[in-house]
Amino acid sequence: MSTTTESAHSSGPSPEIGKSRLRKEDARLITGRSRYTDNMVLPGMLHLAMVRSPYAHARITNIELTEAKAAPGVFAVLTGTDLAAEQGSLPNAWPVTPDQKAPAHPAVAIEEVAFAGEIVAVVIARSAAAARDAAELVDVDYDELPVVMDLEEAFTDAVLAHTSLESNKSATWVFDSAEAGTGTSIEDALAASDVVVERTLYQQRLIPAFMEPRSTVVDPTGEQITMYSATQIPHILRVMLALTLGIPESKLRVIAPDVGGGFGGKLQVTPEEIITLLAARRMGKPCKFTETRSESLQVGHHGRAQVQRMKIGATKEGIVTGLSVNLLADMGAYLGLITSGIPILGAFMYNSIYKFPAYRFECNNIFTNKPWTDAYRGAGRPEATFAIERMMDELATELNMDPLVLREKNWIKHTEFPFATVAGLEYDTGNYEAATAKAVALFDYDGLRAEQKRRRDAGATIQLGIGVSTFTEMCGLAPSRVLGALNYAAGGWEHAQVRVLPTGNVEVVTGSSAHGQGHETAWSQLVADRLGVPFENVEVLHGDTQVSQRGLDTYGSRSLTVGGMAVLAAADKVIEKAKVIAAHLMEASEEDLDFTNGAFTVRGTDTSTSFSEIAFAVFSAHNMPDGVEPNLDSEATFDPVNFSYPHGTHLAAMEVDTETGQVKVLKYVCVDDIGVVVNPMIVEGQVHGGLAQGISQALYEEAVYDDAGTLVSGSFVDYLVPGAPDLPHYITARTETPATSNQLGAKGVGEAGTIASTPAIVNGVLDAIRHLGVTDIKMPCTPSRVWHALQEAKSTGGVQ
Amino acid sequence: MIPSAFDYAAPTTVEEALALLAGADASGDDVKLLAGGQSLIPVMKLRLADPSLVVDLGRIPGLSGITDNGSSLTIGAMTPHHVMATDPLIAAHVPLLSQAAATVADPQVRHRGTFGGALVHADPAGDMPAPALAMDAVFNITGPAGPRSVEAAGFFQGYFTTAVEEGEILTSITVPKFDGWGSHYEKFTRVAQQWSIVAVAALVRVEGGVIAEARLGLTNMASTPLRASATEAALAGCAVDAEAIAAACAHAAEGTDPASDLNGDAAYRRHLATVVARRAVLAAVGLQGTRG
Repeated sequence: MSTTTESAHSSGPSPEIGKSRLRKEDARLITGRSRYTDNMVLPGMLHLAMVRSPYAHARITNIELTEAKAAPGVFAVLTGTDLAAEQGSLPNAWPVTPDQKAPAHPAVAIEEVAFAGEIVAVVIARSAAAARDAAELVDVDYDELPVVMDLEEAFTDAVLAHTSLESNKSATWVFDSAEAGTGTSIEDALAASDVVVERTLYQQRLIPAFMEPRSTVVDPTGEQITMYSATQIPHILRVMLALTLGIPESKLRVIAPDVGGGFGGKLQVTPEEIITLLAARRMGKPCKFTETRSESLQVGHHGRAQVQRMKIGATKEGIVTGLSVNLLADMGAYLGLITSGIPILGAFMYNSIYKFPAYRFECNNIFTNKPWTDAYRGAGRPEATFAIERMMDELATELNMDPLVLREKNWIKHTEFPFATVAGLEYDTGNYEAATAKAVALFDYDGLRAEQKRRRDAGATIQLGIGVSTFTEMCGLAPSRVLGALNYAAGGWEHAQVRVLPTGNVEVVTGSSAHGQGHETAWSQLVADRLGVPFENVEVLHGDTQVSQRGLDTYGSRSLTVGGMAVLAAADKVIEKAKVIAAHLMEASEEDLDFTNGAFTVRGTDTSTSFSEIAFAVFSAHNMPDGVEPNLDSEATFDPVNFSYPHGTHLAAMEVDTETGQVKVLKYVCVDDIGVVVNPMIVEGQVHGGLAQGISQALYEEAVYDDAGTLVSGSFVDYLVPGAPDLPHYITARTETPATSNQLGAKGVGEAGTIASTPAIVNGVLDAIRHLGVTDIKMPCTPSRVWHALQEAKSTGGVQ
Repeated sequence: MIPSAFDYAAPTTVEEALALLAGADASGDDVKLLAGGQSLIPVMKLRLADPSLVVDLGRIPGLSGITDNGSSLTIGAMTPHHVMATDPLIAAHVPLLSQAAATVADPQVRHRGTFGGALVHADPAGDMPAPALAMDAVFNITGPAGPRSVEAAGFFQGYFTTAVEEGEILTSITVPKFDGWGSHYEKFTRVAQQWSIVAVAALVRVEGGVIAEARLGLTNMASTPLRASATEAALAGCAVDAEAIAAACAHAAEGTDPASDLNGDAAYRRHLATVVARRAVLAAVGLQGTRG
């Protein structure tokens, strides 16, 4: 059922788009010839170490610095009080409601700490070792305050996370389809339903666990302050630093050199970045701070952490009538850059691929004494997809219906696009039937159902379950207008320049800088195709606000669908400029020229001139047409008119060892429809990595705290991240329904695997042991939890 | 991840190492012996340990390697896990040690980490102590008063605590050959590269279709490795039969005192011990279909 897109541009077939090019950046990345922030060594550079609160909630009563200041190699030790006049409050760019409440958020705490790991003092020393040693000599007195760690308990306001706030509630955000005019009343719909299934689901707290810990180097020498940072967002960071610290933006340069992963975890303006900048400015010398892995796990922002109270109604024939979602979202102790907006991004996705008429979403953003949450791969959309897909399975069970049949009864048919959803979005294209049919065939759905029955009948120790997840997501963040309507501070456009060098080599400057995604390769393919220049002759520049002046950075599967479109538009402007000069050089009319394979030809003749000849002619400028500037460089800014909507069907065959609770992925099939693909190998890598992260939420990862507020899973011994031996051999395939929101037809793939796989796995685990009386297991589905669930079911008579 | 400052010494003889230990002891310095460093270096980097002196045993010849004594093998304390997992003498006479060593962490750790280091570290979740206990290994220790030997039953004394006193060095381990025995190390983990949640080291001798003798070492079922004595007794004389073995292994958690942690509570570990013990014994006697 695949369809192909029309040719993406006018100059004939696409030799590059669709080609599995090896990534040109990998040679340097995997051989260590790379430039991560921590590799930066600047003359006279000083090093920082942070003194962090061991308490989750306490008042600072005294900080004794004498011993630390006298330690060898120490230049200064600073407290929040020392920095009070200049540090400002860390920015929250997404006030989701006009009455949103938030505590002040100083980079270095002044009076009160609200999570364990919050910074209370900073040591600046000649070496990282001296800074670390001296940090141990800072003596802080605290008065401990009551802590509130549990989200549901925090909602009651029995204990307050901050003494400065009257409630733990930050904001309440509501969407109601009847009020919005996108659908009918949920109350009426549920009241009229034959069946209403009600469940409370839990999204555990996750730690992004990117490979490169965060690091910042600030050089205050020269006319501008230059910050190198392991960040996903050099441009947003620059604006936010300017606004937070009152430094003119033109006096700030931010560079994100090679960045080793982010997953949303580096979509942040961090206290450490602010502190390093202030320290460098104070000392007049370059300063560096690189977090340890322990710090990264403890205080890098976390993800998910929601309680999802769900109600779904349906007719007895299995037609869904409406969905009610009531969320508690754990903000942690503060609002980071987009903390408050993350659960709201999910609001538009709970209806997923289904066309039920009534929908209500309410989210309460709640403070606790934990590090703040923020973007983590999928950001709001995995939570939504998990909940709806779990509920569809619960409903299927209630109705004694095959979960795929139930989904098919309710999904939007491919003939019904474009489709205005009950959540207020317009899905442009999709073909859920095609993706599901392909997945079912690759999976051998019927064969595995038969095997499942065989094992059930035999009472086998290892039971088999099949997990289904059909999903869609909103990608290509984002139409600026939509972001404005949601109160997000920035827009969603992206910028690019295409610069033509005298030899005909091309520099592409993109505002969407990579931190592992392979932009250098993919953008080279786009431009090589469009300009007809060799792939090798294209250089992609990014991640430096002085090189790429405008940009909105990398997150939300936006790079190709937004940034890539800006690149193509800029390349098209180069062609338009070149055409004028080509016509002049060949003494022909522009209307008579064709541009193919990197050369302009006068139609119907052999006369042609190549792109590189034009480039050199422009450089020399000896023979330019009158009034035409000798410059082919072009730039473009692309603001999408709609999101893109990748979708897919994921099927997981899960084995559960009923003796030990051990869970194993026996087979995993995913068929993703991400529209037109530029580089299938990069896409495959994104899918594999995404699946691993989603499976990991289902089975392995959880940030666990003790009652006092200490992170128990504070190292990779306890915060379990799977390795290659723990993950299955994925069977991946694609269908292709081009997006209409961009000229390429691409939809975005960065988050798909993560969003779809979590519910597939959990649904599969439950399907394996539901007949034994188990109806739910909290994530991660550890062997211990699975075994205890089985014991409980047995003791309550649920077992056959 | 920067350790506190410390002095470093790399002696080339055991005597020199002992002298360094004695000197540190006299001056009240906290000293740590460095073998493979796979546990010591991480805790130093986390500043959970901050010795003032680290004595590296890596340059002392003769602390590594395997010697055949006829009815036993003597294994140098500095023999890396990788060698334990692949050495032909170990594989031929004490395959239980190869099987256990092969499950330790990842290849990098197995190349650096040592048999003796793991035994002296005595992590309750470590994989080498339980097999050593099951085999009745003899620990050869040297110190200021000269060499002495400690039986396995007296070696593991508590949480991260062994019979090796301050000022002493474990130099080698002697293990009897278990020719003709079946063996298996069954390790239960959530991911491939993880400390044992529970593991069982099984040695089983079958004579005339009947289990003549069984030895079971339990990993992570208490602060020290334990023998599953009740199961060992129940297995003696037991038919080589899945049901009979299962019945015997139902006693595997008797006398244990496992911890509760993020991987499971004590009740779960007690249950796991019975399942893992059964699977270990079934594998040791070569019965297939151990996982129903």
